[in-house]
Amino acid sequence: MKSFAPIALVIAVLTAVPLLVHSNVVLNFLVVALMIALAGQGWNILGGYGGQYSFGHAIFFGTGAYVTAILQVQYGINAWLAFGAGIVAGAAVGVVVGWLAFRAGLRGSYFALVTLAFAEVLRILASVAPITGAGVGTLVKLDLRFAALQFESRALFYWLILALVAVALVVTYAVERSRFGAWLTAVRENEDAARALGVDAVAVKLGAMVISGAITAAAGCFYVQYFLFVDSHIAYGAWISVEALLTPIIGGAGTIFGPLVGALVVKALGEGALLVTGQAPGLDLVVFGIVLIAVVGLSPRGIVGLRQQLGARFGSRRGAGEASRG
Amino acid sequence: MLSPVILIPALLNGLLTGAVYALVALGLTLIYGVLHIINFAHGALLTAAMFAAYFAFKVLGIDPYLSVFIIAPLFFAVGYALQRFVIGLASHGEDRNMLLVTLGLAVVIENALLFGFRGDTRTIDVPYAFQTIDLGFTYLAVPRLVGFVAVFVVALILWLIMSLTDIGRAIRAVAKEKLGAQLSGIDVAHVYAVTFGLGTACVAVAACLLMPTYYVNPGAGNAFVLIAFTIVVLGGMGSVPGAVLGGLMIGVVESLSSLFLGDSLGQVGIFLIFIAVLLVRPQGLFGANA
Amino acid sequence: MSTRKIPLSRRQFIASTALGAAAAATGTIAMPSVLRAAGTPVKIGVLQPVTGPLSYSGTQGQLGAMLAIEEINAAGGIKALGGAQLDPMVGDAQSTPAGGTAEVEKMNAAGVSCIVGGYASGICLATTQAAARYDLPYVVDVGVADNIMTRGLKNTFRFGPGFGVIANAAIDNLIAINDAAGKAAKTVMIVHEDSLFGAGLAKLLNAKLPEKGFQVLETIAHPTPTRDFNTIVLKIKAQNPDLVIPANYYNEYVLLARTMQQQHVKPKGIYSVLGGAASSYKFVKEFPEAANGIMDCNHWFNPLSDKAQALKKKVEAKGQFFTYEVYLNYASIGLVADALERAASADRAKLIEALASSTWAGHIMPYGPTKFVDGQNQGAAPCGTQVQGNDIKVILPAKFADAKPKFPIT
Repeated sequence: MKSFAPIALVIAVLTAVPLLVHSNVVLNFLVVALMIALAGQGWNILGGYGGQYSFGHAIFFGTGAYVTAILQVQYGINAWLAFGAGIVAGAAVGVVVGWLAFRAGLRGSYFALVTLAFAEVLRILASVAPITGAGVGTLVKLDLRFAALQFESRALFYWLILALVAVALVVTYAVERSRFGAWLTAVRENEDAARALGVDAVAVKLGAMVISGAITAAAGCFYVQYFLFVDSHIAYGAWISVEALLTPIIGGAGTIFGPLVGALVVKALGEGALLVTGQAPGLDLVVFGIVLIAVVGLSPRGIVGLRQQLGARFGSRRGAGEASRG
Repeated sequence: MLSPVILIPALLNGLLTGAVYALVALGLTLIYGVLHIINFAHGALLTAAMFAAYFAFKVLGIDPYLSVFIIAPLFFAVGYALQRFVIGLASHGEDRNMLLVTLGLAVVIENALLFGFRGDTRTIDVPYAFQTIDLGFTYLAVPRLVGFVAVFVVALILWLIMSLTDIGRAIRAVAKEKLGAQLSGIDVAHVYAVTFGLGTACVAVAACLLMPTYYVNPGAGNAFVLIAFTIVVLGGMGSVPGAVLGGLMIGVVESLSSLFLGDSLGQVGIFLIFIAVLLVRPQGLFGANA
Repeated sequence: MSTRKIPLSRRQFIASTALGAAAAATGTIAMPSVLRAAGTPVKIGVLQPVTGPLSYSGTQGQLGAMLAIEEINAAGGIKALGGAQLDPMVGDAQSTPAGGTAEVEKMNAAGVSCIVGGYASGICLATTQAAARYDLPYVVDVGVADNIMTRGLKNTFRFGPGFGVIANAAIDNLIAINDAAGKAAKTVMIVHEDSLFGAGLAKLLNAKLPEKGFQVLETIAHPTPTRDFNTIVLKIKAQNPDLVIPANYYNEYVLLARTMQQQHVKPKGIYSVLGGAASSYKFVKEFPEAANGIMDCNHWFNPLSDKAQALKKKVEAKGQFFTYEVYLNYASIGLVADALERAASADRAKLIEALASSTWAGHIMPYGPTKFVDGQNQGAAPCGTQVQGNDIKVILPAKFADAKPKFPIT
């Protein structure tokens, strides 16, 4: 994306939402959607731009969540500082996992599986370690004060998560335009060629992992402040790893708005399916799954990519989707 | 407590448990080896097959050891159709889209089962469920021994298909060099679908062998998926003998680490081995060159 | 399920819409809780995890709540509100705290007077707190974690017992049973799942049992789900304890019991706590042999209550098992209905007041009249049960017992 204007516009429009919509149902929906978008934005840096598909972004989400919660509860540290520490911890875990995985030369499915395994190891450790509250989990005290980073109003939570999403949008924009971003996409397209051109692929991927980890960890930190409770399944469970990769790919991996669009679409789909099917347990998720498959089938390069694809379709009769078939 | 009195039964038990894991992993490794996708719907398909075995017993009165001869071909057809008409079409041949489509399938299957049959845990009561062979120092449950034998039978059948039949040769060709196979006139879409069908049939066999001693509910299959991934990696992605050996090995590791570390922490042992193998020898312990 | 939605009869529907229209015409709709027209339905949120891993429990809980609402409506609704019917709004917590919170928001926006449910502790922690923002009364149906009730949330009530009460009762009951049997059991092994209730219980048992002359040979934690119990059973076999104390969920319990049978492990007794299966009619029906003689300390209805027995028959007639989720939710709805009668108002603040001062005795649980302190019902306690003759009998407390403990069983 060449210009910053669309980002500024999107942020401005989203900022205005609570001024126009007062329904807490809608605000809560948007808060959760933006939180998932944020987790997806983290994934997108590494997976979308760097081509390194992680199945275990729960590593970062969970680390951010636990660090934020534990620092407050066990050590009495201010929530804002704990939030920041959670993000830093996410980046630090990114260094460790990235260093191990990339130095060993893991790519493709192997990288995906090693992240999955790390998430699982952390989940099991968190479910037995005393510091995380083990099986009981960690409960953050309800304390609706600005200093405790808890707000009476859903709108303030909304602006907080929107601010985080906005920062992540700007970071993504900066990455995309930087030399680092060019190296990163070069590694994604052809790692061996990039190496031949003198790109330090391991360092580049490691850098992406750190940024990615920090952003997804921020989503975890936010989760704790919003729901005030975390246990090993919430923190390191497969659900968030799946959400973090689902939303950018649906929206458009390797695009600035992909995760945001994907999260809003996926979450809206879930609600829509619920409306259509009424109160039959499971049926809404069946509809959701079918529509999900249909969306993937219709927009192989993500929803953001669909626009470009449609343009191409009008230009020539061959769709972009068919070219890659077979 | 770590006398041989408990160590040897624990080892035997690990082998028996590992055999079932290997069966689940066989399907996964086959699909991975050819299509190069990680099939997220594997656990859901296992659950679906377990429900099929459950209803075959409850409604039709067919023992799971007999119904396997109906359910496995049925699930071959299901797998074939899913790959041919859903996964292949919706993913446009792109790996990341296959990932999402199998993920979507998992959601659909699991919740269709929930919608149809509620979340109840179901078990069947076959006469041989509690039959055991007395070895003097321990008892071996008959259904688990059957599972142990079955994994070798299934692996042998797969090996025969792969080495002796035309479709087997085509599958191997596609796995090795997709473009070349395509150029030499192999219908890749058909080969993919057959592979997915075979993988799904393996899962169906595993389901029928599990039902006499296990339970089924709409999430039951998921318990076996992560462990199956581990085995696939350990045995080398795409390797049939690797999956069998890997399965047995993971079974033993699980049993022993549960003995030494306890069951909660014991699971960490499996994943640490998994990570170590990936980092040090990503082609797997029994895999050919990467 | 047939009871998912209670359809209003056509006459009720016409009556309520006519009243609604009249209220709207006179401008009173804006303050429905203050100037409520007599007979206007009272909206109650029925929040359960009906999808995801907890879906079985959630569906059972919903069944219990719906049966209670059906009965209250059939019996003439809330009399203090001119026979107002209870209008259930069902919500799916999707087995996650986030899912539960989203439903609380929807229920609040729809103007419910009260929410009942949550089931899991993790969900209840999030949903009670979300409801607290709106001073919306919330009755926890199961959620045993003690910290749900100790956060000072004024809107939150729990009719059933919390974890600490259950664990202490479990230990007291065990000692009473063992003493009565001439201290037949001296050694125990604990097999527990590794989350809140199993791990917490194991800790308490390990602290208290040695004081009472028991020797805890080993404590084994396992995750949920656990696929294979053979190694655990091998350990039990090697140690040969007098008593095995399992604390885990239904699926794991079934596997454990089956494996013990396969490996011919027969201790003098099995005493489970909040056992997934030992106080489950399903388990008794499907595994009568393995179930025989197992004791449990768990949520249980008052077997001497005719209402409870009638409800049990009704649930069984629907082809479902009479599980604790059913009767705890049934009772919780009853609690709300009783509070509505005494508040004579569907106003949230008045309802909270009525709940806090509740002295309800007409319920089906062995708790005595309700008395709430900081939202927790003080009389709430679990029962000691034992599987005897293919049925589940209450053996403790003596006041509610319909059988004597049989221990040791071998």
